[in-house]
Amino acid sequence: MKPTPLPSTATPLDEHYSLRVNGRDMPVQDAWVGESLLYVLRERLGLPGAKGACEQGECGSCTVIMDGAAVCSCLVLAASATNSDIVTVEGLGPNGSLTDVQQAFLDAGGVQCGFCTPGFIVAVHHLLEENLQPTDLEIKEALSGNICRCTGYGRILEAVRTVADSRSQGA
Amino acid sequence: MAVLSPTSVDQLLDMLGANPAADLIAGGTDFMVEVNLHSRRPQSVISLRHVAELREWNHRPNRSLVTIGAGLPYASMEHGEIARLLPALAQAARTVGSPQIRAAGTIGGNLGTCSPAGDILPVLAALDATIHVISADGARDLTWSDFMLGVKRNALQPGEIVHSVSLPVVDGWQGYAKVGTRNAMVISTVSACLVRDADEGMVALALGAVGPTVIRCFDAERWLAGSTGLRRGGTISDEIALEFGQRASAESRPIDDHRSTAEYRRHAVGVLATRLLKRSFA
Repeated sequence: MKPTPLPSTATPLDEHYSLRVNGRDMPVQDAWVGESLLYVLRERLGLPGAKGACEQGECGSCTVIMDGAAVCSCLVLAASATNSDIVTVEGLGPNGSLTDVQQAFLDAGGVQCGFCTPGFIVAVHHLLEENLQPTDLEIKEALSGNICRCTGYGRILEAVRTVADSRSQGA
Repeated sequence: MAVLSPTSVDQLLDMLGANPAADLIAGGTDFMVEVNLHSRRPQSVISLRHVAELREWNHRPNRSLVTIGAGLPYASMEHGEIARLLPALAQAARTVGSPQIRAAGTIGGNLGTCSPAGDILPVLAALDATIHVISADGARDLTWSDFMLGVKRNALQPGEIVHSVSLPVVDGWQGYAKVGTRNAMVISTVSACLVRDADEGMVALALGAVGPTVIRCFDAERWLAGSTGLRRGGTISDEIALEFGQRASAESRPIDDHRSTAEYRRHAVGVLATRLLKRSFA
């Protein structure tokens, strides 16, 4: 799905700035001032992991970590994020390998169409960094900004519990 | 440069003075929706994200006052010291959107947008908050009722921004309740905040999403003030709680819209007001 197209006429494309994404400084050239971080990640920086659906912060498919907080990248004005550390789903696992959370989603069957999955993966990583052993209520609360229309959430919760258990046993 | 990112209030005011037409963006949770859905075309923007002073808060115990910077995100009000001092504010903050929205959205943004359904606004009204506004020309303090003028209209003049909000620390129960179609990611159908001042024997009740701005139920409050049960250690009957709800309901001014009907909202106001008052004695 293509993000909302930019207004085509009389839109000055004269913004130049740099974003720090997944530990790398990435230049952005000739951008429009109103572009969201989601648009810039997907269309200008070649990072299509974050997905665009509602464009109003309701679905969570575009979740990224910004300065340690999970946020909707569609609600971040990209040109204002120049001094922030941004981590996308692409930056979670080393060298493109799956993280324990991603593997657990696959094992539990927490993925069907897959559209919402990157947002969930980022939100779960953020949750488990803050809270090693979340209760079911805490998991549901932490994922309440991410919407999945396929799975019914049961297998997603199962995947989160599996990772929490294996991480706390490994620690 | 069309996006300016000041790091101090002085810098911010200089930039605002030089670019009076610039849009201000705080958490972006309202602003970016308008941009993404094409109802707003920003030319130049001043981002408040890196103004550290706006993200501070303090408690002055000698004056029983908490002052919260306009840029403090809701996530910072949900737990901890702010939640202990201002439990109703914490409850309201926890009902906002989702964790992603609460990490971004701010109290200043709620005031700047001034939606009738702004989740924090009934708390500010029930606690008689003071809004501190600044510009290059100086500072002024507004009561919540002087600040909130209408549907998405406030008293900010060009070149002014919300700096912070001061709320009193009240000895007594306070709580917040909200009706919506689900728990997370919902704009309130009705919201309400009730504050009991145990020393004064007074109750304040404010309603959200049932009028052009937040409504304080002054008639219901005055009627209830005659009830001696409000004093410390007192109690009130179910009949009084019910009539308090009915009176609050009569003071609401709801409309029919895509989220609900006026009739349902009026009913829900009564339920929430009665429930909050009873909870305050539980």
